[in-house]
Amino acid sequence: MKILVPVKRAIDYNVKVRVKPDNTGVDLTNAKMSINPFCEIAVEEAVRLKEKGVATEIVAVSIGDKAVQEQLRTALALGADRAIQVDTDLALDSLQVAKLLQKVVEEEQPELIILGKQSIDSDNNQTGQMLAALTGMPQGTFASEVSVEDGTVSVTREIDGGLQTVKLTLPAVVTTDLRLNEPRYASLPNIMKAKRKPLDVKAAGDYGVSLESNVKVVKVTPPAQREGGVKVADVAELVDKLKNEAKVIS
Amino acid sequence: MSEQLIHPKEMTFQLYELLDTEALCSRARFAEHSRETFDAILDTANKIASEKFAPHNAKGDQNEPKFDGHKVTMLDEVKQAFDAYRESGFIAGRYDFDDGGMQLPETVINACSGYFLAANPSSTAYAFLTTAAANVICHFASDELKQQFMPRMLTGEFTGTMALTEPHAGSSLADIRTMATPQDDGTYRLKGSKIYISGGEHELSDNIVHLVLAKTPGAPEGVKGISLFIVPKYRLDENGQPGKRNDVSLAGLIHKMGYRGTTSTALSFGDNDDCHGYLIGERHHGLKYMFMMMNEARIGVGYGAAMIGYRGYRYALEYAKDRVQGRKPGSKEQVAIIEHGDVRRMLLAQKAYCEGGMALCFYGARLVDDLATIEDESQRSATRELLDLLTPVCKAWPSEYGPKANDLAIQVLGGAGYTREYPVEQYWRDNRLNPIHEGTNGIQALDLMTRKLWQANSLGLQTLKERIVTDMEQAQGEVSQRLRKALTAHLSRFEQLLPGIGKALNSEQLDPALANAQCVMNAFAHIVIGWMWMRQATVSEKALSAEDLNADDKHFYHGKVQAAQYYAAWELPTIERDFQLIESMDNACSAMQAEWF
Repeated sequence: MKILVPVKRAIDYNVKVRVKPDNTGVDLTNAKMSINPFCEIAVEEAVRLKEKGVATEIVAVSIGDKAVQEQLRTALALGADRAIQVDTDLALDSLQVAKLLQKVVEEEQPELIILGKQSIDSDNNQTGQMLAALTGMPQGTFASEVSVEDGTVSVTREIDGGLQTVKLTLPAVVTTDLRLNEPRYASLPNIMKAKRKPLDVKAAGDYGVSLESNVKVVKVTPPAQREGGVKVADVAELVDKLKNEAKVIS
Repeated sequence: MSEQLIHPKEMTFQLYELLDTEALCSRARFAEHSRETFDAILDTANKIASEKFAPHNAKGDQNEPKFDGHKVTMLDEVKQAFDAYRESGFIAGRYDFDDGGMQLPETVINACSGYFLAANPSSTAYAFLTTAAANVICHFASDELKQQFMPRMLTGEFTGTMALTEPHAGSSLADIRTMATPQDDGTYRLKGSKIYISGGEHELSDNIVHLVLAKTPGAPEGVKGISLFIVPKYRLDENGQPGKRNDVSLAGLIHKMGYRGTTSTALSFGDNDDCHGYLIGERHHGLKYMFMMMNEARIGVGYGAAMIGYRGYRYALEYAKDRVQGRKPGSKEQVAIIEHGDVRRMLLAQKAYCEGGMALCFYGARLVDDLATIEDESQRSATRELLDLLTPVCKAWPSEYGPKANDLAIQVLGGAGYTREYPVEQYWRDNRLNPIHEGTNGIQALDLMTRKLWQANSLGLQTLKERIVTDMEQAQGEVSQRLRKALTAHLSRFEQLLPGIGKALNSEQLDPALANAQCVMNAFAHIVIGWMWMRQATVSEKALSAEDLNADDKHFYHGKVQAAQYYAAWELPTIERDFQLIESMDNACSAMQAEWF
């Protein structure tokens, strides 16, 4: 079974995010970039399926300029077999990404696609769902457990009310939640091996997908600064403030 | 409080800007590597150190390993951290591909180690000791012994120790009494006691491989009669697996002021006359073999001291930005304490000590790489001599000044720093070991004064001078030039004093000369660290002249330049006192009598 794992280059979760002074976006100058944590969980799940003998090949794919090769190398060091960079300088939104991935899926014909449920930079939580719709595949999102058997995949999903298990016929799309697994560290020997694994570069323009974005970024602002708290004299005052100032109870 | 163990730019600055580490990839030994690989490896080191080592640093201090008479137990986190480290392949990192290693440059390994040492020096020790012990086996043991022990040490299935000190013989190894009696089958039976053996007992690995210094019957007196043995905790069975328990037992755990997460042990060898040991190399060469490991360990100790100091510095820095106290004259607003001049002085001193020490240890690591890869024989011997000369400085200066930095970190935190609620007192206790072990700083000063300055017709010193002069030519910025001028004067003063030192060492006035060894170390080390700050200032001043520099980088380079200025203005001038003492060979210490105290 072949598994396709799309991975995204995103600002490292340890970095304190700064907004550009002109409010056009996040300041990425010098910021440490990493593989998006949910995508890392996706890679790990694929590697575990391969270690169990379920999967035979793992293909990692990322869309972006040359810099994304760094994250693809990380995916290779974590256990992916080969990688594809879909080369573009453009900042794409979820739909363009999903459309490009659809083309990669047509080429690669994977039986399972595992994606992170969202990326920690834009937090859209859309790409997996859009890809499922575009390819006509069934989807199991927010997975906390995945098991593959007899041409199906059972996905335990984390939903508001608890856990829901869905059984999908392969090929299928799965998106990962935080508790699916704890990704391994890229070991030194595997970092070395990753250098020799194949990494193909394909021009995004060659896929015949319109890369024009329908989404316009109007403004990016940092979250409001947290204001200092106040001490309340007693419970009555607290209740009063919650009711009349914060308006969180009635 | 500190989000990151190390400033995100510091390691790349040390590796790629101060030292052209990428250039190593053009040498045959490192041809498989590239900066991309190095960076990915550093990333793994940073992750494991931050996620598996740092979180239990304080907990390990509060929960020392315990011995119930049978077994040593410790926090589960130590094992988890050790496993993450070993499974990632760090123990074998520097070893040859043929030995299952990654053939990484020592410089890069050094950068990785920095994360672990800053995160948790106690839990790190088990792995570092294993790498070092495996190194001795790799170089000097027979192929058979090597095959039996080394591969599993490099994977961390076995761990290693070095067992030198005995209750009555610490610095004076010539006087050890542990005996190794040869048997007909070529093995030995050992009998004796060792103390302060770090990592001497634990359950982290399947076996513990002790490297034990001992004497054989009829061996020559003194250090020339010392041999080195492998003594495993479990003897290997016919399949090479750990089998019968060897007759080496834990007499007790030693309770230290710091480094509490690392077991320090008193070991008994041969209580039941059945302690099997295997000779490494030839008889009577043990100390020489051990010193090969010791020399690298000494650089490691200095580096560890710099990194523990650095961790405290970063903590104090965050605290000083956050803690609001006092007002500027004429203002009603309280300010963060970092706004006060004296707090900045203390922070700058910490920065100057730790980053100066770090730069020197990176330089030392680079010399190790050069020694492994340079083919030209005259260049090789110059490199070897320079490394030999700098080794006692790499050990002694950072381990003298790292704890001073931790002391200042406590001071920056004030009353909070003195409590156990904050981590800086632990850093100080941990770091206090470093001036003591792997040869006390007193021994390092003697080594420098009586041996290293003169060895091979002072080729090391000559090489050092040439390198400083070469670097001076690049020192064009304001602060770089200031250091360049000061160093030129100090170097020539030091050279003028050298014949006097030599004469004193060869005269009947040996005692006063030796009693001033500390001054020779201090003066010499201050020049060396001044050189390191000149190098850092040179690179930083040059970088600052670029136009498209972003704000973060600007701050970083300004910080380097300012710390270099601090070193030049506050630290380097203290060298005068040492010069005066060397010149006079003052006998205040040597002439003092025990009864007069």
